[in-house]
Amino acid sequence: MPEPVAQENFVIQTPERVAAVEAGAHTLAGVGAGLELSAGDAHGLSGEAKSQSRIVLGRFFHQRLAMIGLGIFALLGIASIVVGHFWQYSYTSITNNLNDPPSWANPFGTNAIGNDMFAQVMAGVEKDIEIALTVAAMATLIGVTIGAIAGFYRGWVDSLLMRFVDLVLVLPVLAVLILLSAKLSKESDNWLGLAFIIGLLSWTYVARLVRADFLSLRERDFVEASRALGATNRRIIVKHMLPNAVGPIIVNATLTVALSIIFESTLSFLGLGVQPPNVSLGLLVDQGQDSATTEWWLFVFPVVFLIVLILSIFLVGDGLREAFDPKKSRVRA
Amino acid sequence: MFAYVIRRLLISIVVLFFATIFVFVLVASSGNPLALLNANPHIPHATIVARENLLHLNDPLWQRYWIWLNGAIHGNLGTSISGQDVASEAISHLFVTLRMVIVATVIAIFVAIFMGVLAAVRQGKVTDHAITVTNFVLLATPIFVLGLALKEFVAIPINQHLNKIIFYTDGEQSPTLSGSFFSRLPDYAAHTALPVITLVLISYASWAIYQRSSMIETLDADHVRLARAKGLSQRRVLIRHVLRNALIPVTTVVALDFAAVLGGAIITEIVFGWQGLGQWYLNGVLTLDTNVMLAYLLITATFVIGFNLLADILYGVLDPRIRYA
Repeated sequence: MPEPVAQENFVIQTPERVAAVEAGAHTLAGVGAGLELSAGDAHGLSGEAKSQSRIVLGRFFHQRLAMIGLGIFALLGIASIVVGHFWQYSYTSITNNLNDPPSWANPFGTNAIGNDMFAQVMAGVEKDIEIALTVAAMATLIGVTIGAIAGFYRGWVDSLLMRFVDLVLVLPVLAVLILLSAKLSKESDNWLGLAFIIGLLSWTYVARLVRADFLSLRERDFVEASRALGATNRRIIVKHMLPNAVGPIIVNATLTVALSIIFESTLSFLGLGVQPPNVSLGLLVDQGQDSATTEWWLFVFPVVFLIVLILSIFLVGDGLREAFDPKKSRVRA
Repeated sequence: MFAYVIRRLLISIVVLFFATIFVFVLVASSGNPLALLNANPHIPHATIVARENLLHLNDPLWQRYWIWLNGAIHGNLGTSISGQDVASEAISHLFVTLRMVIVATVIAIFVAIFMGVLAAVRQGKVTDHAITVTNFVLLATPIFVLGLALKEFVAIPINQHLNKIIFYTDGEQSPTLSGSFFSRLPDYAAHTALPVITLVLISYASWAIYQRSSMIETLDADHVRLARAKGLSQRRVLIRHVLRNALIPVTTVVALDFAAVLGGAIITEIVFGWQGLGQWYLNGVLTLDTNVMLAYLLITATFVIGFNLLADILYGVLDPRIRYA
């Protein structure tokens, strides 16, 4: 790649001017004339860039299944918070009804100690969403950073980072999670630590995607143009290349939300995840499994909510993928 | 081709070497293997010191790693906390796990291809929607939930209804099992059916989704239109010209997903009480049995690296366009 050499050929480079010209070069990728654009023209063109995201959103909102998924996810999220604050029982409160089947007072029944299962399931949904969003935010941040650095700088940085990714992928994620969460499970309020270790193992796929995108983006003319204008590497990565890779990143973040709920609930089922008195859906399934056929409400409600929650996120993710890239219709999960 | 395989093999060995370092550091940082002994007031100090020396706990990390690696290369994986030879235990547990994983993977591949092809051929019709929705629901179901549900709501009611045991829900074989291999087969089958169904249903879904999109992509290709134009039957076009090409990406995905299948096997073994590698590993983690954890992670890493190698080679065999430069 040519280094940004010919800077003195340009007129005075005020930051605003660089930004405006870059914006023009960006949207007119491949058109050399982009360098001649005035700030006004560049503005008009970046309006077009905005409508790109509107096109994507439009495609997304037109998919029935994705909208159903989004609706269910939003409903579950809001309901879990509302129930946590306004329902007559909290998930820790103990009623006098032991092992009661569903009734008007306890719509999901009660368990052997007298906890209201409706409050418990909703608290589980809330905790699951909290953990999953933390994981997705963390995994995306790590993955995008590592992938961007590897793809942008190439060379030994890339080799080193990607061999490390290979190394992480050599072990079953669940086996490593079991190992790391065993120590953590001795503390009672461990959900943040749990989210942390799941996040630590979930960034590899995003990193690979971003790296692959960056390897091709860095050869594009708009990147060279902004480099010629004297933009720093950081500016090129953040302002010019990342917006072009945002589709796969968002789709993958959505999938990470769903997968981290699966991982978290599996760990909780093994007794290594969320610890009582906190609840998660996986923990409730674990507690309800022995009475699945006798006190069915202890098992069926957590199971149904768990599956519906994960499914709704998968549907949103699939819709987003379709919206960002309608031609390509493959799913990786 | 031959040079390529050799080169890939050498790379795999290097990866495996680094994986052993990674695994060792991971396990060493997971906790003090003598924590349980230390917590027990009845154990004399001398015993703990003896154990420390046995496990080389007072040596620096790299030295411990070197001792372990040397042993592992010669097939000696040390002893477990209860004094058993880890290598021979690992092998007996491995065969239990492989019995489940191999059968399940083979069935899952066929189910995935069939479902994927069917959905692609009937694209947009009721069959396609039904298959796609099923796949997504299965994808969203954690494996322990599916295992428990099958056990409680399918196997036990069927057994009760027929008044005899069709599906065993606990263990990999009856404890009193004896006789020739063929007389034992029905017992194996009755124990294996449910775990295998669980593992198949969880594994096949993502492969089927992949197979479907790969099929749809190939159905649009020019060479398929040409095959139709020259008057080949629908069946011949589908099998010779579409499926053959559409299988290539799926093969890689299946081979690369092997780590995930092994992860799923841990949970399946626990739900169905199989004394396989996964159950053994979980117990090892809970009792801080360092050598057991190391052995499990070493074995799985070897398998996963082996399957990655296989994926690379298969990719070349199936797709002649790929050159071994």
